[in-house]
Amino acid sequence: MSLFRLFRPQASAPVARERLQVLLAHERTFCGRPDLVAKLQEEILEAISKHVSLDAEHIKVTTVRGKTISTLKVDIEIPSETDNLREAG
Amino acid sequence: MANVVVVTSGKGGVGKTTSTASLGAALAKTGQNVCVVDFDVGLRNLDLMLGAERRVVYDLINVIQGNAKLAQALIRDKRLDTLSLLPASQTRDKDALTEKGVARVMKQLREKFDWIICDSPAGIERGAILAMRHADTAVIVTNPEISSVRDSDRIIGMLDSKTERAESGGDIEKHLLIARYDASRIARAEMLGVDDVLDILSVPLLGIVPESEEVLRASNLGAPVTLSNPVCAAARAYQDAARRLTGEAVAMSVPRDRRNLFGKLFGGKAA
Repeated sequence: MSLFRLFRPQASAPVARERLQVLLAHERTFCGRPDLVAKLQEEILEAISKHVSLDAEHIKVTTVRGKTISTLKVDIEIPSETDNLREAG
Repeated sequence: MANVVVVTSGKGGVGKTTSTASLGAALAKTGQNVCVVDFDVGLRNLDLMLGAERRVVYDLINVIQGNAKLAQALIRDKRLDTLSLLPASQTRDKDALTEKGVARVMKQLREKFDWIICDSPAGIERGAILAMRHADTAVIVTNPEISSVRDSDRIIGMLDSKTERAESGGDIEKHLLIARYDASRIARAEMLGVDDVLDILSVPLLGIVPESEEVLRASNLGAPVTLSNPVCAAARAYQDAARRLTGEAVAMSVPRDRRNLFGKLFGGKAA
């Protein structure tokens, strides 16, 4: 390992990986519909926003393409109550 | 039975033509009859990679338009008599490729060869679609880099929808070839690793070709690296990949970080 590792900028490959996963989920045709993932993200956001204040960045929809099945993964970050209070105040 | 392979990627400059020439020569060396076909009409380069640029008389477009017979356009390699090239036209554009014409040429090639390897142009337009149209197998060339992976994903979608096999409800066999693999940058997590790319694209791995000066040297010399220097790491990666294409099980070797201790300490590259 390099002596200079500490002074280097942080590893960038994990960032690339995550950006790709999110991007491709939106670009891929899912269940034969090219716009399905974006639509799902929109509607999930709408449903949750009725109860918790959220914006689009808190919902991450990714797809994983498999041989026989594809999976859809939805990550929803709900801000802790203190954050909500701060926003309200 | 003949096997039609398309070497494709979406993105340009990832190593499609190099991979076509190297895999083609590796298969031809085993005694099988191989034809490599350049679909990059207007920007042909496969002739250069094979050192055949001064031997081109007729090309794919001439055959499609009936101005030449297939046998007149085929160029047999001087080093390997089992390897032939069907060059693209340099003076025409991709509109000269017709669906019917390509179908007829591919049918004729299937009668003559064991392997027909189609070098796709970059992009997702007519040339790329016609290159993959009749394929039984696809080799998707990807660099461990974000834009290349994105474009490969797009091409995989097209392989699953725009090929003859896909349209007839069948499946096109897909393989991922990771090229320009830089082990030291991947070890430092500056570049996507093999697992990252495989996770994202979900296509079985055909091989990992390291970034290599030998590949550049081979193109300067006009010989596929599998002929010019068959023992170098890149050539061995292509030879193994070619064996996997024929269905042989070959253990996958991941190129290692070849920097020495000094290099690792100070972050430079080994000589």
